[in-house]
Amino acid sequence: MADQALQTVPLDALHRSLGARMVDFAGYDMPVQYDGIIAEHLHCRAQASLFDVSHMGQAVLEGPDAAAALERVVTGDIRGLKPGRQRYTLLMNAQGGIVDDLMVANLGDRLLLVLNAGRKIVDVAHIRAHLPATVSLTPHFDRALIALQGPEAGAVLAALAPDAAAMRFMDARETSVSGIAVTITRSGYTGEDGFEIGLPAAEAETLARALLADPRVKPAGLGARDSLRLEAGLPLYGNDIDETRDPISAGLGFAIGKTRKMGWDFLGGDAVRAVHDAGPGERLVGLRAEGRAPVRAGAELRDAAGQPAGRVTSGTFGPSVNGPIALGYVRADCAADGSTLTAGLRGRDIGMIVAPLPFVPHRYHR
Amino acid sequence: MTETRFSKDHEWVRLDGDVATVGITDHAQSALGDVVFVELPEAGRHVDAGEACAVVESVKAASDVYAPLSGTMTEANGALADEPGMVNAQAESGAWFFRMTLDDRAAFDALLTADDYQAFLATL
Repeated sequence: MADQALQTVPLDALHRSLGARMVDFAGYDMPVQYDGIIAEHLHCRAQASLFDVSHMGQAVLEGPDAAAALERVVTGDIRGLKPGRQRYTLLMNAQGGIVDDLMVANLGDRLLLVLNAGRKIVDVAHIRAHLPATVSLTPHFDRALIALQGPEAGAVLAALAPDAAAMRFMDARETSVSGIAVTITRSGYTGEDGFEIGLPAAEAETLARALLADPRVKPAGLGARDSLRLEAGLPLYGNDIDETRDPISAGLGFAIGKTRKMGWDFLGGDAVRAVHDAGPGERLVGLRAEGRAPVRAGAELRDAAGQPAGRVTSGTFGPSVNGPIALGYVRADCAADGSTLTAGLRGRDIGMIVAPLPFVPHRYHR
Repeated sequence: MTETRFSKDHEWVRLDGDVATVGITDHAQSALGDVVFVELPEAGRHVDAGEACAVVESVKAASDVYAPLSGTMTEANGALADEPGMVNAQAESGAWFFRMTLDDRAAFDALLTADDYQAFLATL
């Protein structure tokens, strides 16, 4: 992508007016921070934060038996997904690897997919290759997506969209906010209560300004989004999961529907079933590092005997945890909570302890 | 008398007699963002100018700090271990990183003056 011009999001001018520092993320010029990552992170946990995630790909799947068609390539029970509900699922390749992790919402007459920015082009081609002629997948990548996250998010949004207050975690609906037609899901990527609001690009700044007018809401960038999701134990595609990692090793077995575990009739299902039955050789686990220095992606892990035990895939300083935290794949025999490992950091060994996830309890509105 | 000079690696150096006190500039702390950890050199270590001798960790990334001049470490600022956020709040005052005796006093005069450093920043 380096030789291509960065794409801009619909709120680009707003970000700049708010003093954002912009960075290239997945080919988009995105705000990484405004006031500072720690302040933005802590504000989200305390009140409510507005994130622009318009780089993510929204797409609509429609046609007779669209749910059954999607089930060919994803792990989730999509046919059993009721209208007005959303589900986290995994798009699979034939080898049992994860092509992307995505949200699927049943809007009644169609399914709404939300895809990772860096994967959305690949995803659309991959899904289309497995669709019958009667089912169509239409990208709406020009639409904006605004996340409002934090314990005050429900109260903030209720003032603009009274019917949003009745939504529960993973509900999805079409409604209007400040007179703008939107899709709303009560979900997010922070571990907090919150919403993701999809809407036409031309309306995005109006809605963002309406939300920011509430004194409880502050903007937050991708930096805080990353530290929030890591504290919440949520994997980041490209770091913690990719086409070489299967759902079982990644600790995402919950994203395989109960009915799907009877047939394993999704792309790559046989390979995933084999890992499920035999047990994975490595597991994605939470790790806490001793001391204060963050241990970052790429750090090699060793067991007590000094043998290779795995590798860190995401690592940062958790502002709410007030210490360094990480995710990494470790050998299955070292993956139990409390297992002690070491990570090499600038020529020194740093003690690492396998820790339960999430690092910070989820506070969803169930 | 004391005098403060700057490096193109965004360190400031204050010379008191033959002891140089070194920290990172306000520009550097702003570019790094929230500092969460600082690793400092041991006293007694000899470093060459340009040698990586300390590390600043922000939430996002680790960055090396380079010795602006050749010399021997005499003291590190232990307060930064307990309160790394001082680097953001007081980059050019309380949050000094280390002190060193210089191999060559004349090398100090070759560093940038405050005006030169500001002019250098304007080119970035």
